[in-house]
Amino acid sequence: MGDSKLDLLQGTLDLMVLQTLSAMGEMHGYGIARRIEQVSGDEVLLNQGTIYASLVRLQHRGWISAEWGTSENNRKAKFYSITKRGLKQMAEDTVYWQRLSSVMGRVLAMGENGGQQ
Amino acid sequence: MKSSMRDLLRQGFQRLGSFFHKRPLDLDLDAEMQSHLELAVEENLKRGLSPSEARRQALVQFGGMEQAKEQQRAARGMPWLDIALQDLRYSLRTLRRDYMFTLVAVAILALGIGANIAVFSVVNTILLRPLPFHDPQKLVWIAPPDANGLSASTYSADAYDDLLTMNRSFEDVTGYYAFSTPDNLRLKGSGEPTPLTGIGVIGNFFHVLGVEPELGRSFTKDETVKGGRAVVLLSHAYWQRQFGGDRGIVGRSITLNGTPTTVIGVLPATFDFGAAFAPGSKVDVFEPTVLDDIRNEGNTLALIGRLKPNVTLAQSQDEARTLFPKFYWSKKYPDSAGNYTARPIELKQYVSGKLRRSLITLWCAVGVILLIVCVNLSNLLLARAASRSKEFALRSALGAGRGRLVRQLLTESLVLSGMGAAVGLGLAYAITSYIAHQGSLALPLLNEVKVDGAALLWTVGISVGAAVLFGLLPGLKMSSGNLQEALKDTGQGVSAGRNHERLRSALVISEVALACVLLVGAGLLLRSFLRVLDVDLGFQPSHAAAIKMDYNDGGSTDKRNAIFEEAIRRVSALPGVEAAGISDNLPLERNRGWGGPQAKGKTYRNGEVPGAFVYIVSPGYVTAMGMRLRGRDFTWQDNMKGESTVILNEKAAKFVSPGEDAVGKVVLINGHEVHVIGVVADVHETNVEGTSGEQMYLPTMRDEWGPEGAELVVRTKLPPAQLAGSVLQTLRELNPNQPAVEFRPIQGIVDRAVSPRRFFVMLVGAFAGLGLLLASLGIYGVISYSVTRRTQEIGIRMALGASAGKVQISVITKTLQLAAIGIGVGIFASMLVANLISSLLFSTNPNDPPTFAGMILLLGAVAALAGYLPARRASRINPMVALRNS
Repeated sequence: MGDSKLDLLQGTLDLMVLQTLSAMGEMHGYGIARRIEQVSGDEVLLNQGTIYASLVRLQHRGWISAEWGTSENNRKAKFYSITKRGLKQMAEDTVYWQRLSSVMGRVLAMGENGGQQ
Repeated sequence: MKSSMRDLLRQGFQRLGSFFHKRPLDLDLDAEMQSHLELAVEENLKRGLSPSEARRQALVQFGGMEQAKEQQRAARGMPWLDIALQDLRYSLRTLRRDYMFTLVAVAILALGIGANIAVFSVVNTILLRPLPFHDPQKLVWIAPPDANGLSASTYSADAYDDLLTMNRSFEDVTGYYAFSTPDNLRLKGSGEPTPLTGIGVIGNFFHVLGVEPELGRSFTKDETVKGGRAVVLLSHAYWQRQFGGDRGIVGRSITLNGTPTTVIGVLPATFDFGAAFAPGSKVDVFEPTVLDDIRNEGNTLALIGRLKPNVTLAQSQDEARTLFPKFYWSKKYPDSAGNYTARPIELKQYVSGKLRRSLITLWCAVGVILLIVCVNLSNLLLARAASRSKEFALRSALGAGRGRLVRQLLTESLVLSGMGAAVGLGLAYAITSYIAHQGSLALPLLNEVKVDGAALLWTVGISVGAAVLFGLLPGLKMSSGNLQEALKDTGQGVSAGRNHERLRSALVISEVALACVLLVGAGLLLRSFLRVLDVDLGFQPSHAAAIKMDYNDGGSTDKRNAIFEEAIRRVSALPGVEAAGISDNLPLERNRGWGGPQAKGKTYRNGEVPGAFVYIVSPGYVTAMGMRLRGRDFTWQDNMKGESTVILNEKAAKFVSPGEDAVGKVVLINGHEVHVIGVVADVHETNVEGTSGEQMYLPTMRDEWGPEGAELVVRTKLPPAQLAGSVLQTLRELNPNQPAVEFRPIQGIVDRAVSPRRFFVMLVGAFAGLGLLLASLGIYGVISYSVTRRTQEIGIRMALGASAGKVQISVITKTLQLAAIGIGVGIFASMLVANLISSLLFSTNPNDPPTFAGMILLLGAVAALAGYLPARRASRINPMVALRNS
């Protein structure tokens, strides 16, 4: 893993997990981790193992639910799906992130004389 | 990202859940990680990697296994609970290692907390908890304000009838016959008659109080009228004791005083008449009072009312003020010592109101003890802090934050106080069960004292409070300062040590001040108690004893007096007996008053003649009681055939003939001319601390009423107990029905009367002693520690020629300095406290100089002693050894 990979900001992984589940439906932990890696174009520094802390957090908050089941190739795996409350929360958090990133974008795009470039 | 309250709760529960399901969750995670890896390996295989490479890469992608587990555990668990448990385990380990310290600390805490629980239980039972009746705050005690004696606080049957029909404040009014005496009944079974105590209650008594019989039923209307069937209700305790809790007792007939009587029910164990209305006595059976039977007996009924739902106490008081003078009976007996007024008060106030101040004082005193305990513990912990400073420095170097260190120390304090509380609970349990079984203590509800749920709650509160109090200061102190320096420092952390010592000195000063307050308070109460014991009662309680005599009731006055005369003649002849006489009641026990004597030829306004306490006595009684007599005693010739005679007390004598000797005068009692043959000292008839009222002694020989009891009083040179057998034997020979009742020393009656005060003095005294001990331990600890710390310095001074004496003096001086500051603060605080408790003092000045001086001397002496031991050690320091050791 090179230096070029991005460290995840606190809380961002949770939102990524929520988004993944809401877009993809029911998934197991490995699938979620892989999906995030793929979507991020392997830019995110993610030890797949850290996903489980996030999954527990989200479960505690009631935003996702989990169930043991069988994977497409007949392996026992725990499947996660987003709850209604999770969807609501995700919507809120998404708005927050979009606002934050647009603010960050504007601040970072500041020209030398303070005007927009 | 906000979460609602519900989310927080839900998380909390989930976390709590996961905390207690650690193992299954760990297994779950293992399984999940297992399947994760298998899925990854499978995908890698699909990409064409070799099996071993597929596995290797899967592991790399996953990252650290243990790390992931730890992260997950942190996310699901309750870190603070984990930490708390860790702290707890660590504390237990530390405390076990330091077991001497732990033992001392737990012992001190157990004393402090135990005493607090015990006192709380007493206060709770007597003061805080509602009376054990239904809706007790609606119950009121109806009596004239400031009534002195039973007659002055009771009403006639006529007054009761008037009140019942005319009042608008009360839902119902009830009462009981206030003049019943202990052991007034005899149960005739197969063997000897056994004495028991019965009390007459108005038929609706239990209904008004809201007490349902546990078995059977309460009285019916036709059982409370003249000629009704004889019935009784049994108290729960008597049912257990006499009938072994036989449930078949209801409906059975028993023989009481020769009358076949039906048992109609058993009262619940929670109802204890004596506890509420006659502290320290037990009532075995309840009979219905037939009002028509007592109509001519004057004031005999103690009244209790239940307020209507919308009526306040004040409204009932307003009504009573105007209502009582209108009663028919007050016109019927204008000359009687009738009670023309009434001021209803809360029943609870009547039962325990008088004890309020004493109990609150007691509560405060025991609170002060807990404070001193906390100060002592703080001191102990600080002393320990010095030796643990390295451990803490090390932990802080390893990354423990200050909060974590304080938390660790607080955990230790909590563990200590928890252990103290556990032992203290045992202690309190022992104390309260001891107190509850003190029949000789005339305190209301005392037999119901126990460590209950409220007391447990209180225990938790005070032990947590105490832990914070004594743990926080050392905790903050220990975790502050330059810990790194402590780590480097090879000695005892000199600067930190000095810092601690200043704090410890301050703690000792406050401890001495608190002990001073306790000592002065206890001293004042003790002095009051001694003054009470010194009171001239008007009779000599020592060397006298009384026994309740049976005289085969139902006979004529002559027949009864023949029995009395013969009994006194025979008992007087017993070896060791100096005098014997009979009275229908004894001072400080039962009391009742009649219309008092008036001077002949003088006219009085209504209510101007005070009621007088009446004693119907035989010849010899005045001598047997050891009363000072001017004039002459009764003789057996003072009977119906001769003129009426009376003996007055000084107060009554002064009323009928002010400025002159009353002996030989003729007075009017109830309109009859009576000759005053003697004047005796004022006897304390209702309590030791109050003043005496007018009293008159009438001879049994003329008593057409028939006394309600006969107490044979015997004066003897021997210890009374030695005489008990022969006196009872003599009475038995005279009357085979004489039951085997107690031969009671008169001193016992006096002791009982002063028992509430003794109880408080004993407890406050014990607390003061405990406070003194703890304060001296504190002083000893601080001085001793300071000597240890200064061993080197003292060694140098001695090597430079300072004498052992000089060293001793300097250490003792330091001790006395601390003590003096503490005492100075203490005196100031004591003066404030003394004024607060002045109403509890009996002919004692709150700023009583001898008490203050005595207690200060005591405290100073104990402080000096506590300082002397370390001083002696200091003076024996060998300079060479001290210097070499450094």
